[in-house]
Amino acid sequence: MTPNGSSFSRSVMPMNRDDSASHEAATASAATSGPSVKIRARDINVFYGEKQALFDVAIDIPEKSVTSFIGPSGCGKSTFLRCMNRMNDTIPICRVTGAIEMDGEDVNDRSIDPVVLRARVGMVFQKPNPFPKSIYENVAYGPRIHGLATGKDELDAIVESSLRRAGLWDEVSDRLLQPGTGLSGGQQQRLVIARAIAVGPEVILMDEPCSALDPIATAKIEELIDELREQFCIVIVTHSMAQAARVSQRTAFFHMGRLVESGATDEIFTNPRDSRTQDYITGRFG
Amino acid sequence: MTDLPITTTTASDRARDIRAAVESRLKTRHASERRFKLYGQLAIAIALSFLVVLLGRIVTQGASTFVVHSISVQVPLDPARIDQTALEGVNYDIMVADAVLAKLGEKDDDYGTKSEAIKDLMSPDFGFQLLNMIKADSSLIGKTVTVSGPLRANADLYFKGEIKRSSPEEERTLSNQQLDWLDALKSSGAVKTGFNFGFFTKSDSTEPEQAGVLGAVVGSAMMLLVTAFLAVPIGVMAAVYLEEFAPKNSWTDVIEVNINNLAAVPSIVYGLLGLGLFINTLGVPRSSPLLGGLVLALMALPTVIIATRSSLKAVPPSIREAALGVGASRTQAVFHHVLPLAMPGVMTGSILALAHALGETAPLLMIGMVSFVPGVPHGFDQAATVLPVQVFIWENASERAFHERTAAAIMVLLVFMILMNAVAIIVRRRFERRW
Ligand SMILES: Nc1ncnc2c1ncn2[C@@H]1O[C@H](COP(=O)(O)OP(=O)(O)OP(=O)(O)O)[C@@H](O)[C@H]1O
Ligand SMILES: [Mg+2]
Repeated sequence: MTPNGSSFSRSVMPMNRDDSASHEAATASAATSGPSVKIRARDINVFYGEKQALFDVAIDIPEKSVTSFIGPSGCGKSTFLRCMNRMNDTIPICRVTGAIEMDGEDVNDRSIDPVVLRARVGMVFQKPNPFPKSIYENVAYGPRIHGLATGKDELDAIVESSLRRAGLWDEVSDRLLQPGTGLSGGQQQRLVIARAIAVGPEVILMDEPCSALDPIATAKIEELIDELREQFCIVIVTHSMAQAARVSQRTAFFHMGRLVESGATDEIFTNPRDSRTQDYITGRFG
Repeated sequence: MTDLPITTTTASDRARDIRAAVESRLKTRHASERRFKLYGQLAIAIALSFLVVLLGRIVTQGASTFVVHSISVQVPLDPARIDQTALEGVNYDIMVADAVLAKLGEKDDDYGTKSEAIKDLMSPDFGFQLLNMIKADSSLIGKTVTVSGPLRANADLYFKGEIKRSSPEEERTLSNQQLDWLDALKSSGAVKTGFNFGFFTKSDSTEPEQAGVLGAVVGSAMMLLVTAFLAVPIGVMAAVYLEEFAPKNSWTDVIEVNINNLAAVPSIVYGLLGLGLFINTLGVPRSSPLLGGLVLALMALPTVIIATRSSLKAVPPSIREAALGVGASRTQAVFHHVLPLAMPGVMTGSILALAHALGETAPLLMIGMVSFVPGVPHGFDQAATVLPVQVFIWENASERAFHERTAAAIMVLLVFMILMNAVAIIVRRRFERRW
């Protein structure tokens, strides 16, 4: 199954490996001059049962910056994102091989508890998914289960600062006890970001966070991402080229389960090396 | 991609053809729509009429139970007729009969035939009332006391028109003379018509006029309590494990198929199991609410599991992801978020399973819950009777007066069930959350 699958793909697309390898070198050189590497992934292969969804993905994701994943639907962006906080563990048929290191530590190591990992690597999903509880409870839940606050005051402080950093405090400070599901879509997405921030993560993964939002709400989230970049390592999956160009410093292009090209966002958009990247960003397919 | 075949007709021609084709079929389409609507309405009408016939029959048959004809009699406690050394052996019924005769202005003959005939009209309960009064206070002997209560079932049936004077005397249980007396008592105002509170405050009795449903209602409630405390927690936990934690493999498939099959097993099989397992092996007391509750819990378990699983399935996966995403463990995600959201469905399913168990008769007959139990059960291991079994017992009784009580007990059972279903609906409405 696997060896056949991958060797078949390799023989069909011989260019691919060389490409990603050369880009890896580029990334590495960029990493030495720019911010330090937060997440380093090597040889990531992901299988859903018999079907391989990712092939030998290797990428460095830098600290305190925004990296965007782009690529046509079904190319494996979400799958790769979910490798980084081991959300794929919850899918019984999913199998991940390869190494993902966060600050030099292998996240798939036995000694790493996924529960702890997910507190360090927060996730924001495509559709806002607040708990059907109060706004306060939504944000307080994470700190509470991780025991981050010793008293009510401390918890209140965490809730407030998280909501402030998510840019939602002014809109909801007078109705913290009302259900989070009663907010607008954009507010819900910011609430979910506040919920992720509240447990003090180092990395925030966002899987198409704006796909269900109108342009104004999208602008607010983008603004927020730009601010959060100061403190977190952010990875965002997006289908909007414009959004990738606006919010991210680095961009990675996925195609059919392979990382085709990754590099500085300006470079990818102005001067892509691979013809598939060129085709995708100019809208010729995808 | 293939091009459309090039035809000689122009676009507007083709549009006209399409419209004509659609219109020609329009009539048959509308006709079939009307036909299906009619079928649907017919089906509902038939179902409703069955329901009306069923309920109508039960109500018309049982309504008379709620009316009772009662009488108060002043009985002189003649010391000569009461042997104080053997109070239990005194014939109080005759004393009551004589008092009624006196009320009617008649005197007994030497053979006592009249007082015997009167005795048939008075409930034997009067005699017990006298006995209890004297036992409590022996100074009453020599005085006159008042006893009151329902007339005997036959007399009651006469007043309700069930026994008719027009039918030949030898075919009825009451003689012409007895009817005359009853008429006289009625016209003198001694017989009172009222609401039959006794039906709700008394338990089963060999005398129809004394029989009530209290014992059965309490028995049913105790049994349901046992069922609920066993079936709901076990069922919910089993469902949570199967749905959220168990690996999906052939073992769990087998378990799932078996649970679904268990839900369809005829209830009498559970009775057999109860007989073999609980009575013969574990020695649970026969005809006790505990035993009935155990058997019905087995029966309700698959339903609770299935209802819980389907409401767990209905919780959107995004909630689980949200909880896992902030670092909740699987157990925390389930117990903090998924299960609370599934709770309305769990409760509705459980209540409906319990309502179903409430009406179950066959397995209870199997485990010997058909005995005559005259009182309210005092413990979970005491003999008890339950509503559906009470219906069964009364229906099999020979006295005619029990038959109206059968229908009345069914009405009580139905009210019980409607209440439970109403609670289920309220729970669902009240706790239903949208996301
Ligand atoms: N739970 C799953 N079970 C089986 N196959 C899956 C599962 N999730 C994803 N896949 C498959 O893996 C491949 C990559 O899916 P993925 O969701 O990562 O794509 P994506 O790039 O995020 O697409 P989109 O832009 O549409 O979100 C797809 O072919 C998909 O069918
Ligand atoms: Mg995706």
